[in-house]
Amino acid sequence: MLKSLNIDPGKCTGCLQCEMACSLENEGVFNTAKSRIKVFTFHEEGRFVPYTCTQCDEAWCMHACPVDAIVLNPVTGSKDVKSDLCVGCKVCTIACPFGTVNYNADSGKVVKCDLCGGDPQCASACPTDAITYVDANATGLDKMRQWAGKTDNAASTGA
Amino acid sequence: MIYVVVGAGPAGVVAAEQLRKLDPLSNVTIIGAEPEPPYSRMAIPYFLTNKIGEEGTYLRKTDQYYSSKNIAVVNKRVQSIDTEMNRVLTDDGDHYRYDKLLLATGASPSAPPIPGIDSPGVHNCWTLEDAREIVRLAKPGASVVLMGAGFIGCIVLESLALRDVKLTVVEMENRMVPRMMNDVSGNMIKRWCEEKGVAVHTSTRAESIEQAGGGKLRVNLSGGTSVDADLVISATGVRSNMQFAVDSGLQADQGVVVNEYLQTSNEDIYAAGDVCQGKDFSTGEYTVQAIQPTAVEHAKVAAGNMVRGHRSQHAGNVNMNVLDTIGLISASFGSWMGVPGGESAELLNEDEYKYLNLQFKDDVLVGASSLGLTQHVGVLRGLIQSQTRLGEWKDRLLKDPMRIMEAYLSCAQAQADPV
Repeated sequence: MLKSLNIDPGKCTGCLQCEMACSLENEGVFNTAKSRIKVFTFHEEGRFVPYTCTQCDEAWCMHACPVDAIVLNPVTGSKDVKSDLCVGCKVCTIACPFGTVNYNADSGKVVKCDLCGGDPQCASACPTDAITYVDANATGLDKMRQWAGKTDNAASTGA
Repeated sequence: MIYVVVGAGPAGVVAAEQLRKLDPLSNVTIIGAEPEPPYSRMAIPYFLTNKIGEEGTYLRKTDQYYSSKNIAVVNKRVQSIDTEMNRVLTDDGDHYRYDKLLLATGASPSAPPIPGIDSPGVHNCWTLEDAREIVRLAKPGASVVLMGAGFIGCIVLESLALRDVKLTVVEMENRMVPRMMNDVSGNMIKRWCEEKGVAVHTSTRAESIEQAGGGKLRVNLSGGTSVDADLVISATGVRSNMQFAVDSGLQADQGVVVNEYLQTSNEDIYAAGDVCQGKDFSTGEYTVQAIQPTAVEHAKVAAGNMVRGHRSQHAGNVNMNVLDTIGLISASFGSWMGVPGGESAELLNEDEYKYLNLQFKDDVLVGASSLGLTQHVGVLRGLIQSQTRLGEWKDRLLKDPMRIMEAYLSCAQAQADPV
Protein backbone atom coordinates (compact mmCIF):
# COMPACT_ATOMS: atom_id res chain seq x y z
CA MET A 1 0.00 0.00 0.00
CA LEU A 2 1.45 3.35 -1.06
CA LYS A 3 1.82 5.76 1.83
CA SER A 4 2.16 9.49 1.80
CA LEU A 5 2.72 12.39 4.15
CA ASN A 6 -0.49 13.81 5.52
CA ILE A 7 -0.21 17.35 6.79
CA ASP A 8 -2.80 18.85 9.12
CA PRO A 9 -1.77 22.49 9.61
CA GLY A 10 -4.39 22.92 12.36
CA LYS A 11 -2.31 20.69 14.64
CA CYS A 12 1.03 22.39 13.96
CA THR A 13 2.49 24.42 16.81
CA GLY A 14 5.48 25.71 14.83
CA CYS A 15 8.00 23.84 16.97
CA LEU A 16 10.18 23.03 13.93
CA GLN A 17 11.05 19.53 15.17
CA CYS A 18 10.24 18.33 11.64
CA GLU A 19 12.78 20.68 10.10
CA MET A 20 15.42 19.66 12.62
CA ALA A 21 14.78 15.96 12.00
CA CYS A 22 14.84 16.41 8.24
CA SER A 23 18.08 18.34 8.32
CA LEU A 24 19.74 15.80 10.62
CA GLU A 25 18.62 12.84 8.53
CA ASN A 26 19.55 14.33 5.17
CA GLU A 27 22.39 16.73 5.91
CA GLY A 28 23.81 15.35 9.12
CA VAL A 29 23.34 18.61 11.02
CA PHE A 30 20.63 20.31 13.06
CA ASN A 31 20.04 23.27 10.78
CA THR A 32 16.48 24.18 9.85
CA ALA A 33 17.79 26.17 6.87
CA LYS A 34 18.80 22.84 5.31
CA SER A 35 15.47 21.11 5.82
CA ARG A 36 13.46 19.87 2.85
CA ILE A 37 10.21 20.38 4.76
CA LYS A 38 9.44 23.98 5.66
CA VAL A 39 7.04 25.37 8.23
CA PHE A 40 5.55 28.66 7.06
CA THR A 41 4.31 31.10 9.68
CA PHE A 42 1.21 33.24 9.24
CA HIS A 43 1.90 35.84 11.90
CA GLU A 44 -1.41 37.67 11.66
CA GLU A 45 -3.45 34.52 12.14
CA GLY A 46 -1.00 32.73 14.45
CA ARG A 47 -1.04 29.76 12.09
CA PHE A 48 1.72 27.39 10.99
CA VAL A 49 1.76 25.41 7.76
CA PRO A 50 4.29 22.62 7.22
CA TYR A 51 4.95 22.21 3.53
CA THR A 52 6.87 19.75 1.39
CA CYS A 53 6.70 17.69 -1.82
CA THR A 54 3.51 15.67 -2.37
CA GLN A 55 5.35 13.22 -4.68
CA CYS A 56 2.79 14.15 -7.34
CA ASP A 57 2.04 11.81 -10.23
CA GLU A 58 2.80 14.46 -12.81
CA ALA A 59 6.37 14.74 -11.52
CA TRP A 60 7.26 17.85 -13.46
CA CYS A 61 10.69 17.84 -11.83
CA MET A 62 11.44 14.33 -13.02
CA HIS A 63 10.30 14.97 -16.59
CA ALA A 64 12.08 18.32 -16.84
CA CYS A 65 15.44 16.91 -15.73
CA PRO A 66 17.75 16.87 -18.75
CA VAL A 67 20.09 14.20 -17.39
CA ASP A 68 17.76 11.62 -15.82
CA ALA A 69 18.88 12.54 -12.32
CA ILE A 70 15.38 12.40 -10.77
CA VAL A 71 13.92 8.93 -10.63
CA LEU A 72 10.78 7.24 -9.35
CA ASN A 73 11.34 5.15 -6.24
CA PRO A 74 9.24 2.07 -6.99
CA VAL A 75 8.82 1.19 -3.32
CA THR A 76 7.72 4.50 -1.81
CA GLY A 77 6.48 6.32 -4.94
CA SER A 78 8.77 9.22 -4.15
CA LYS A 79 10.73 11.06 -6.80
CA ASP A 80 14.35 10.94 -5.73
CA VAL A 81 17.27 13.12 -6.78
CA LYS A 82 20.32 11.06 -7.66
CA SER A 83 23.00 13.44 -6.45
CA ASP A 84 25.78 11.81 -8.41
CA LEU A 85 23.92 12.52 -11.67
CA CYS A 86 22.47 15.97 -10.87
CA VAL A 87 24.49 18.66 -12.65
CA GLY A 88 22.79 21.53 -10.79
CA CYS A 89 21.09 23.12 -13.83
CA LYS A 90 18.02 24.00 -11.69
CA VAL A 91 15.46 23.42 -14.44
CA CYS A 92 13.45 21.25 -12.04
CA THR A 93 13.29 24.12 -9.53
CA ILE A 94 11.31 26.25 -11.98
CA ALA A 95 9.38 23.36 -13.51
CA CYS A 96 7.87 22.20 -10.18
CA PRO A 97 4.71 24.30 -9.75
CA PHE A 98 4.73 23.56 -6.01
CA GLY A 99 8.20 24.99 -5.47
CA THR A 100 9.34 21.93 -3.57
CA VAL A 101 12.62 21.24 -5.39
CA ASN A 102 15.28 23.67 -4.29
CA TYR A 103 18.87 24.41 -5.20
CA ASN A 104 21.56 23.95 -2.60
CA ALA A 105 24.47 26.26 -3.47
CA ASP A 106 26.81 24.44 -1.06
CA SER A 107 26.56 21.15 -2.92
CA GLY A 108 25.79 22.59 -6.35
CA LYS A 109 22.85 20.14 -6.60
CA VAL A 110 19.13 20.26 -6.04
CA VAL A 111 17.37 18.69 -3.06
CA LYS A 112 13.85 17.50 -2.46
CA CYS A 113 11.89 15.28 -0.10
CA ASP A 114 12.43 11.56 -0.70
CA LEU A 115 10.27 10.37 2.21
CA CYS A 116 13.57 9.31 3.86
CA GLY A 117 13.31 6.09 1.88
CA GLY A 118 10.00 5.15 3.50
CA ASP A 119 10.55 6.27 7.09
CA PRO A 120 10.02 10.04 6.99
CA GLN A 121 11.77 11.57 9.98
CA CYS A 122 9.57 14.68 9.97
CA ALA A 123 6.54 12.54 10.76
CA SER A 124 8.41 10.59 13.46
CA ALA A 125 9.56 13.83 15.06
CA CYS A 126 6.22 15.64 15.01
CA PRO A 127 4.87 15.70 18.59
CA THR A 128 1.30 16.67 17.66
CA ASP A 129 0.55 14.43 14.65
CA ALA A 130 0.40 17.46 12.38
CA ILE A 131 2.58 15.38 10.07
CA THR A 132 1.73 11.70 9.71
CA TYR A 133 2.73 9.04 7.22
CA VAL A 134 -0.39 7.16 6.23
CA ASP A 135 -2.20 5.24 3.52
CA ALA A 136 -2.13 7.49 0.46
CA ASN A 137 -5.85 7.15 -0.23
CA ALA A 138 -6.73 8.75 3.09
CA THR A 139 -4.71 11.91 2.80
CA GLY A 140 -6.74 14.20 0.63
CA LEU A 141 -3.75 14.05 -1.63
CA ASP A 142 -6.12 13.57 -4.53
CA LYS A 143 -7.51 17.01 -3.95
CA MET A 144 -4.09 18.52 -4.00
CA ARG A 145 -3.38 16.61 -7.17
CA GLN A 146 -6.57 17.94 -8.69
CA TRP A 147 -5.09 21.35 -8.28
CA ALA A 148 -1.86 20.07 -9.73
CA GLY A 149 -3.84 18.94 -12.75
CA LYS A 150 -4.75 22.53 -13.48
CA THR A 151 -1.11 23.20 -14.17
CA ASP A 152 -0.92 20.46 -16.75
CA ASN A 153 -0.34 21.53 -20.31
CA ALA A 154 -2.64 19.05 -21.90
CA ALA A 155 -6.14 20.42 -21.42
CA SER A 156 -7.63 16.97 -21.57
CA THR A 157 -5.97 13.61 -21.57
CA GLY A 158 -9.18 11.93 -22.62
CA ALA A 159 -8.18 8.73 -20.88
CA MET B 1 2.36 1.62 -36.55
CA ILE B 2 5.71 2.98 -37.57
CA TYR B 3 6.89 6.12 -35.81
CA VAL B 4 9.97 8.04 -36.84
CA VAL B 5 11.38 10.80 -34.64
CA VAL B 6 13.93 13.14 -36.21
CA GLY B 7 16.18 14.60 -33.53
CA ALA B 8 17.84 13.00 -30.51
CA GLY B 9 17.59 15.79 -27.96
CA PRO B 10 15.18 15.87 -25.00
CA ALA B 11 12.08 16.34 -27.19
CA GLY B 12 13.01 13.42 -29.44
CA VAL B 13 13.90 11.03 -26.65
CA VAL B 14 10.91 11.84 -24.44
CA ALA B 15 8.58 11.53 -27.44
CA ALA B 16 10.07 8.15 -28.39
CA GLU B 17 9.59 6.90 -24.82
CA GLN B 18 6.02 8.11 -24.80
CA LEU B 19 5.29 6.54 -28.20
CA ARG B 20 6.66 3.24 -26.94
CA LYS B 21 4.62 3.46 -23.74
CA LEU B 22 1.33 4.29 -25.48
CA ASP B 23 1.81 1.89 -28.40
CA PRO B 24 3.83 -1.07 -27.11
CA LEU B 25 3.80 -3.03 -30.37
CA SER B 26 4.84 -0.16 -32.62
CA ASN B 27 8.11 0.44 -34.39
CA VAL B 28 9.94 3.52 -32.99
CA THR B 29 13.11 4.99 -34.51
CA ILE B 30 15.06 8.08 -33.46
CA ILE B 31 17.27 9.59 -36.16
CA GLY B 32 19.88 11.96 -34.71
CA ALA B 33 22.43 13.88 -36.76
CA GLU B 34 25.25 14.08 -34.22
CA PRO B 35 27.64 11.15 -33.77
CA GLU B 36 26.89 10.84 -30.04
CA PRO B 37 24.44 9.00 -27.85
CA PRO B 38 21.41 11.23 -27.17
CA TYR B 39 22.64 13.98 -24.84
CA SER B 40 21.51 17.22 -23.27
CA ARG B 41 22.94 20.59 -24.28
CA MET B 42 21.79 21.85 -20.88
CA ALA B 43 24.57 19.77 -19.32
CA ILE B 44 27.42 21.03 -21.52
CA PRO B 45 28.38 23.92 -19.20
CA TYR B 46 28.99 21.38 -16.44
CA PHE B 47 31.14 19.30 -18.79
CA LEU B 48 33.20 22.43 -19.49
CA THR B 49 33.95 22.84 -15.80
CA ASN B 50 34.77 19.14 -15.28
CA LYS B 51 31.83 18.71 -12.93
CA ILE B 52 30.80 15.81 -15.17
CA GLY B 53 32.38 13.77 -17.95
CA GLU B 54 30.80 13.41 -21.38
CA GLU B 55 28.61 10.57 -20.18
CA GLY B 56 27.18 12.94 -17.58
CA THR B 57 25.50 14.82 -20.42
CA TYR B 58 23.69 11.74 -21.73
CA LEU B 59 19.91 11.89 -21.54
CA ARG B 60 19.70 8.23 -20.50
CA LYS B 61 22.52 6.58 -18.71
CA THR B 62 23.00 3.00 -19.85
CA ASP B 63 24.14 1.66 -23.21
CA GLN B 64 21.26 -0.77 -23.35
CA TYR B 65 18.55 1.70 -22.40
CA TYR B 66 17.16 2.32 -25.89
CA SER B 67 17.37 -1.30 -27.00
CA SER B 68 15.68 -2.37 -23.76
CA LYS B 69 12.77 -0.11 -24.73
CA ASN B 70 12.90 -1.42 -28.28
CA ILE B 71 13.68 2.09 -29.55
CA ALA B 72 16.11 2.19 -32.48
CA VAL B 73 18.61 5.07 -32.46
CA VAL B 74 20.51 5.82 -35.65
CA ASN B 75 23.11 8.54 -36.23
CA LYS B 76 22.28 10.02 -39.63
CA ARG B 77 21.34 13.39 -41.01
CA VAL B 78 17.88 13.68 -42.52
CA GLN B 79 17.92 15.50 -45.85
CA SER B 80 14.30 15.57 -46.88
CA ILE B 81 10.81 14.29 -46.27
CA ASP B 82 8.96 12.54 -49.07
CA THR B 83 5.45 13.47 -47.99
CA GLU B 84 3.87 11.52 -50.86
CA MET B 85 5.47 8.24 -49.84
CA ASN B 86 5.59 9.01 -46.09
CA ARG B 87 9.31 8.50 -45.73
CA VAL B 88 12.37 10.50 -44.70
CA LEU B 89 15.56 10.38 -46.72
CA THR B 90 18.94 10.40 -44.96
CA ASP B 91 22.37 11.59 -46.10
CA ASP B 92 23.61 8.05 -46.75
CA GLY B 93 20.93 7.55 -49.40
CA ASP B 94 18.79 5.42 -47.11
CA HIS B 95 15.15 6.06 -46.31
CA TYR B 96 12.82 5.43 -43.38
CA ARG B 97 9.11 4.92 -43.89
CA TYR B 98 6.69 6.31 -41.30
CA ASP B 99 3.02 6.31 -40.47
CA LYS B 100 3.55 9.28 -38.16
CA LEU B 101 6.62 11.48 -38.09
CA LEU B 102 7.83 13.80 -35.33
CA LEU B 103 10.19 16.66 -36.08
CA ALA B 104 12.32 17.32 -33.01
CA THR B 105 15.33 18.71 -34.81
CA GLY B 106 16.02 21.47 -32.31
CA ALA B 107 17.85 24.67 -33.12
CA SER B 108 21.33 25.80 -34.10
CA PRO B 109 23.38 28.89 -33.32
CA SER B 110 22.90 31.73 -35.77
CA ALA B 111 26.10 33.52 -36.73
CA PRO B 112 26.13 37.33 -36.56
CA PRO B 113 26.75 38.70 -40.08
CA ILE B 114 30.13 40.31 -39.44
CA PRO B 115 33.44 40.07 -41.33
CA GLY B 116 35.71 37.37 -39.94
CA ILE B 117 33.00 35.34 -38.23
CA ASP B 118 34.24 32.28 -40.16
CA SER B 119 37.84 32.65 -38.89
CA PRO B 120 39.45 29.63 -37.27
CA GLY B 121 39.33 30.27 -33.55
CA VAL B 122 35.70 31.44 -33.61
CA HIS B 123 33.49 28.77 -32.10
CA ASN B 124 29.95 28.16 -31.05
CA CYS B 125 29.20 26.51 -27.75
CA TRP B 126 26.28 24.33 -28.71
CA THR B 127 27.25 20.73 -29.42
CA LEU B 128 29.41 18.27 -27.49
CA GLU B 129 31.95 18.61 -30.31
CA ASP B 130 32.00 22.40 -29.78
CA ALA B 131 32.54 21.78 -26.07
CA ARG B 132 35.52 19.49 -26.72
CA GLU B 133 37.13 22.26 -28.79
CA ILE B 134 36.50 24.83 -26.08
CA VAL B 135 38.04 22.53 -23.46
CA ARG B 136 41.11 22.32 -25.69
CA LEU B 137 41.37 26.06 -26.34
CA ALA B 138 40.11 27.72 -23.15
CA LYS B 139 43.13 26.95 -20.99
CA PRO B 140 43.63 28.88 -17.76
CA GLY B 141 45.01 32.29 -18.60
CA ALA B 142 43.76 32.28 -22.21
CA SER B 143 41.96 35.40 -23.45
CA VAL B 144 38.41 34.67 -24.49
CA VAL B 145 35.83 36.97 -26.05
CA LEU B 146 32.22 35.90 -25.68
CA MET B 147 29.84 37.50 -28.16
CA GLY B 148 26.33 37.58 -26.73
CA ALA B 149 25.17 37.70 -23.11
CA GLY B 150 21.81 36.06 -23.62
CA PHE B 151 20.74 32.93 -21.80
CA ILE B 152 23.18 30.64 -23.60
CA GLY B 153 25.98 33.19 -23.49
CA CYS B 154 25.56 33.55 -19.73
CA ILE B 155 25.55 29.80 -19.14
CA VAL B 156 28.77 29.52 -21.12
CA LEU B 157 30.11 32.57 -19.31
CA GLU B 158 29.90 30.79 -15.98
CA SER B 159 31.85 27.80 -17.23
CA LEU B 160 34.49 29.98 -18.83
CA ALA B 161 34.90 32.05 -15.68
CA LEU B 162 35.38 28.83 -13.72
CA ARG B 163 38.08 27.78 -16.19
CA ASP B 164 40.11 30.84 -15.11
CA VAL B 165 40.30 32.46 -18.52
CA LYS B 166 40.59 36.20 -19.09
CA LEU B 167 37.04 36.86 -20.22
CA THR B 168 35.43 39.72 -22.13
CA VAL B 169 31.70 39.71 -22.87
CA VAL B 170 30.12 41.78 -25.65
CA GLU B 171 26.36 42.32 -25.70
CA MET B 172 24.35 44.47 -28.12
CA GLU B 173 21.56 45.27 -25.67
CA ASN B 174 21.88 47.62 -22.70
CA ARG B 175 22.00 44.81 -20.10
CA MET B 176 22.72 41.15 -19.67
CA VAL B 177 20.14 38.43 -20.50
CA PRO B 178 17.81 41.02 -22.06
CA ARG B 179 15.16 38.43 -22.97
CA MET B 180 14.89 37.26 -19.39
CA MET B 181 15.82 40.19 -17.14
CA ASN B 182 14.69 43.83 -17.03
CA ASP B 183 17.00 46.85 -16.82
CA VAL B 184 17.37 46.59 -13.04
CA SER B 185 18.19 42.90 -12.74
CA GLY B 186 20.06 42.67 -16.07
CA ASN B 187 22.42 45.37 -14.91
CA MET B 188 22.80 43.80 -11.46
CA ILE B 189 24.04 40.65 -13.23
CA LYS B 190 26.45 42.83 -15.20
CA ARG B 191 27.83 44.43 -12.04
CA TRP B 192 28.12 40.98 -10.41
CA CYS B 193 30.19 39.71 -13.36
CA GLU B 194 32.41 42.78 -13.29
CA GLU B 195 33.06 42.21 -9.58
CA LYS B 196 34.16 38.67 -10.47
CA GLY B 197 36.73 40.05 -12.91
CA VAL B 198 34.81 39.67 -16.17
CA ALA B 199 34.92 42.64 -18.58
CA VAL B 200 31.36 43.31 -19.76
CA HIS B 201 30.58 45.62 -22.68
CA THR B 202 26.84 46.19 -23.03
CA SER B 203 25.27 48.35 -25.77
CA THR B 204 28.25 47.23 -27.83
CA ARG B 205 28.55 45.34 -31.11
CA ALA B 206 31.37 43.17 -32.31
CA GLU B 207 31.85 44.70 -35.77
CA SER B 208 34.57 42.50 -37.23
CA ILE B 209 37.10 39.83 -36.37
CA GLU B 210 40.59 39.78 -37.84
CA GLN B 211 43.92 37.99 -37.40
CA ALA B 212 46.11 39.82 -34.87
CA GLY B 213 49.31 37.81 -35.31
CA GLY B 214 50.76 35.24 -32.94
CA GLY B 215 47.69 33.05 -33.43
CA LYS B 216 45.47 35.67 -31.81
CA LEU B 217 42.22 37.10 -33.08
CA ARG B 218 41.28 40.74 -32.79
CA VAL B 219 37.64 41.57 -32.16
CA ASN B 220 36.82 45.15 -33.19
CA LEU B 221 34.00 46.69 -31.19
CA SER B 222 31.58 49.49 -31.94
CA GLY B 223 33.01 52.59 -30.30
CA GLY B 224 36.43 51.99 -31.78
CA THR B 225 38.11 49.76 -29.21
CA SER B 226 39.25 46.20 -29.78
CA VAL B 227 40.06 43.09 -27.75
CA ASP B 228 42.63 40.42 -28.64
CA ALA B 229 41.68 36.84 -27.92
CA ASP B 230 42.91 33.26 -28.15
CA LEU B 231 39.34 32.11 -28.57
CA VAL B 232 36.12 33.83 -29.64
CA ILE B 233 32.81 32.23 -28.72
CA SER B 234 29.71 33.25 -30.63
CA ALA B 235 26.47 32.95 -28.67
CA THR B 236 24.27 35.53 -30.32
CA GLY B 237 21.12 33.46 -30.68
CA VAL B 238 19.67 30.26 -32.10
CA ARG B 239 17.32 29.43 -34.95
CA SER B 240 15.07 26.45 -35.49
CA ASN B 241 16.52 23.63 -37.61
CA MET B 242 13.77 23.50 -40.20
CA GLN B 243 15.39 23.83 -43.59
CA PHE B 244 14.56 20.34 -44.81
CA ALA B 245 11.05 20.65 -43.44
CA VAL B 246 10.56 23.88 -45.38
CA ASP B 247 12.07 22.32 -48.51
CA SER B 248 9.65 19.45 -48.10
CA GLY B 249 6.71 21.82 -48.20
CA LEU B 250 5.81 22.20 -44.52
CA GLN B 251 4.52 25.57 -43.39
CA ALA B 252 7.05 27.48 -41.32
CA ASP B 253 7.54 30.89 -39.75
CA GLN B 254 10.00 31.36 -36.82
CA GLY B 255 9.76 27.60 -36.48
CA VAL B 256 7.65 24.87 -37.99
CA VAL B 257 4.01 25.97 -37.75
CA VAL B 258 1.72 23.68 -35.74
CA ASN B 259 -1.91 23.63 -34.63
CA GLU B 260 -3.19 23.12 -31.08
CA TYR B 261 -2.41 19.39 -31.40
CA LEU B 262 1.22 20.09 -32.36
CA GLN B 263 0.43 18.80 -35.83
CA THR B 264 2.18 20.53 -38.74
CA SER B 265 0.58 21.48 -42.06
CA ASN B 266 0.98 17.81 -43.04
CA GLU B 267 -1.45 15.59 -41.17
CA ASP B 268 1.07 12.80 -40.54
CA ILE B 269 3.82 15.09 -39.27
CA TYR B 270 4.09 16.65 -35.81
CA ALA B 271 6.69 18.93 -34.26
CA ALA B 272 8.12 19.40 -30.75
CA GLY B 273 10.83 21.38 -28.99
CA ASP B 274 13.05 24.12 -30.37
CA VAL B 275 11.91 23.55 -33.96
CA CYS B 276 8.25 23.90 -33.06
CA GLN B 277 6.44 27.22 -33.06
CA GLY B 278 4.06 26.27 -30.29
CA LYS B 279 1.56 28.15 -28.21
CA ASP B 280 2.73 30.46 -25.44
CA PHE B 281 0.53 30.17 -22.35
CA SER B 282 0.80 33.84 -21.43
CA THR B 283 0.19 35.51 -24.79
CA GLY B 284 -1.72 32.81 -26.64
CA GLU B 285 0.60 33.46 -29.57
CA TYR B 286 2.61 30.84 -31.38
CA THR B 287 6.32 31.28 -30.80
CA VAL B 288 9.58 29.33 -30.50
CA GLN B 289 10.43 29.25 -26.79
CA ALA B 290 13.50 27.03 -27.12
CA ILE B 291 13.53 25.87 -23.49
CA GLN B 292 13.90 22.43 -21.97
CA PRO B 293 10.58 22.14 -20.08
CA THR B 294 8.66 23.19 -23.19
CA ALA B 295 10.52 20.67 -25.33
CA VAL B 296 9.58 17.86 -22.96
CA GLU B 297 5.94 18.91 -22.69
CA HIS B 298 5.62 19.29 -26.45
CA ALA B 299 7.04 15.80 -26.81
CA LYS B 300 4.50 14.26 -24.45
CA VAL B 301 1.52 16.02 -26.00
CA ALA B 302 2.63 15.36 -29.59
CA ALA B 303 3.35 11.69 -28.95
CA GLY B 304 -0.07 11.25 -27.34
CA ASN B 305 -1.76 12.77 -30.36
CA MET B 306 0.29 10.69 -32.77
CA VAL B 307 -0.84 7.48 -31.09
CA ARG B 308 -4.39 8.15 -29.92
CA GLY B 309 -5.65 10.77 -32.31
CA HIS B 310 -6.33 14.30 -31.25
CA ARG B 311 -7.39 13.94 -27.65
CA SER B 312 -4.81 16.23 -26.03
CA GLN B 313 -4.90 19.89 -26.85
CA HIS B 314 -1.73 21.76 -26.12
CA ALA B 315 -2.78 24.53 -23.74
CA GLY B 316 0.45 26.45 -24.17
CA ASN B 317 3.65 26.60 -22.18
CA VAL B 318 4.67 29.19 -19.65
CA ASN B 319 7.94 30.59 -20.91
CA MET B 320 10.49 30.31 -18.12
CA ASN B 321 14.21 30.24 -17.56
CA VAL B 322 16.64 29.77 -14.74
CA LEU B 323 20.25 30.84 -14.99
CA ASP B 324 23.34 30.68 -12.80
CA THR B 325 25.80 33.44 -13.64
CA ILE B 326 28.95 32.72 -11.63
CA GLY B 327 26.84 31.88 -8.61
CA LEU B 328 24.15 34.55 -9.01
CA ILE B 329 20.90 32.76 -9.76
CA SER B 330 18.18 34.39 -11.80
CA ALA B 331 14.81 33.15 -12.99
CA SER B 332 11.97 34.51 -15.09
CA PHE B 333 8.44 33.34 -15.77
CA GLY B 334 5.59 34.20 -18.11
CA SER B 335 4.90 37.88 -18.81
CA TRP B 336 7.82 39.03 -16.66
CA MET B 337 7.82 42.42 -18.40
CA GLY B 338 4.21 43.00 -17.41
CA VAL B 339 0.98 43.36 -19.36
CA PRO B 340 -1.04 46.42 -20.42
CA GLY B 341 -3.26 47.58 -17.58
CA GLY B 342 -1.43 45.34 -15.13
CA GLU B 343 0.27 46.17 -11.85
CA SER B 344 3.65 45.25 -10.49
CA ALA B 345 5.51 44.83 -7.23
CA GLU B 346 9.24 45.01 -6.83
CA LEU B 347 11.69 44.26 -4.07
CA LEU B 348 15.28 45.33 -4.59
CA ASN B 349 18.36 44.86 -2.44
CA GLU B 350 21.29 45.87 -4.62
CA ASP B 351 23.98 45.23 -2.03
CA GLU B 352 22.90 41.65 -1.43
CA TYR B 353 22.01 41.00 -5.06
CA LYS B 354 18.41 40.14 -4.27
CA TYR B 355 15.53 41.08 -6.50
CA LEU B 356 11.94 39.98 -6.97
CA ASN B 357 9.53 41.45 -9.48
CA LEU B 358 5.91 40.30 -9.67
CA GLN B 359 3.50 41.21 -12.46
CA PHE B 360 -0.27 41.07 -12.02
CA LYS B 361 -3.32 41.32 -14.22
CA ASP B 362 -6.26 42.00 -11.94
CA ASP B 363 -5.59 39.69 -8.97
CA VAL B 364 -3.75 37.01 -10.94
CA LEU B 365 0.02 36.63 -11.16
CA VAL B 366 0.98 36.70 -14.85
CA GLY B 367 4.75 37.05 -14.70
CA ALA B 368 7.74 37.20 -12.38
CA SER B 369 11.49 37.56 -12.35
CA SER B 370 13.95 37.03 -9.54
CA LEU B 371 17.59 37.34 -8.68
CA GLY B 372 19.42 35.66 -5.83
CA LEU B 373 16.44 33.54 -4.79
CA THR B 374 16.63 29.74 -4.83
CA GLN B 375 13.91 28.58 -2.46
CA HIS B 376 10.40 27.73 -3.71
CA VAL B 377 10.76 29.67 -6.98
CA GLY B 378 8.61 27.04 -8.71
CA VAL B 379 5.47 28.41 -7.06
CA LEU B 380 5.80 31.41 -9.35
CA ARG B 381 5.14 29.06 -12.24
CA GLY B 382 2.38 27.34 -10.28
CA LEU B 383 0.55 30.59 -9.57
CA ILE B 384 0.89 31.84 -13.14
CA GLN B 385 -0.22 28.63 -14.81
CA SER B 386 -3.09 27.86 -12.44
CA GLN B 387 -4.28 31.49 -12.81
CA THR B 388 -5.05 31.43 -9.13
CA ARG B 389 -7.02 34.45 -7.91
CA LEU B 390 -5.02 36.08 -5.16
CA GLY B 391 -7.85 38.17 -3.71
CA GLU B 392 -6.69 40.16 -0.69
CA TRP B 393 -3.22 38.67 -1.05
CA LYS B 394 -2.53 40.78 -4.12
CA ASP B 395 -2.46 43.98 -2.04
CA ARG B 396 -0.22 42.29 0.49
CA LEU B 397 2.13 41.25 -2.30
CA LEU B 398 2.14 44.76 -3.75
CA LYS B 399 3.45 45.89 -0.36
CA ASP B 400 5.85 42.98 0.16
CA PRO B 401 6.43 40.59 -2.76
CA MET B 402 8.56 38.34 -0.56
CA ARG B 403 5.34 37.05 1.05
CA ILE B 404 4.78 35.02 -2.10
CA MET B 405 4.90 31.65 -0.28
CA GLU B 406 2.27 32.76 2.22
CA ALA B 407 0.12 33.94 -0.66
CA TYR B 408 0.64 30.68 -2.49
CA LEU B 409 -0.24 28.51 0.50
CA SER B 410 -3.30 30.60 1.30
CA CYS B 411 -4.68 30.82 -2.22
CA ALA B 412 -3.43 27.91 -4.30
CA GLN B 413 -3.32 25.20 -1.68
CA ALA B 414 -6.56 26.44 -0.18
CA GLN B 415 -8.25 25.38 -3.41
CA ALA B 416 -7.23 21.86 -2.55
CA ASP B 417 -8.57 22.20 0.95
CA PRO B 418 -12.27 21.42 1.43
CA VAL B 419 -12.48 23.45 4.64
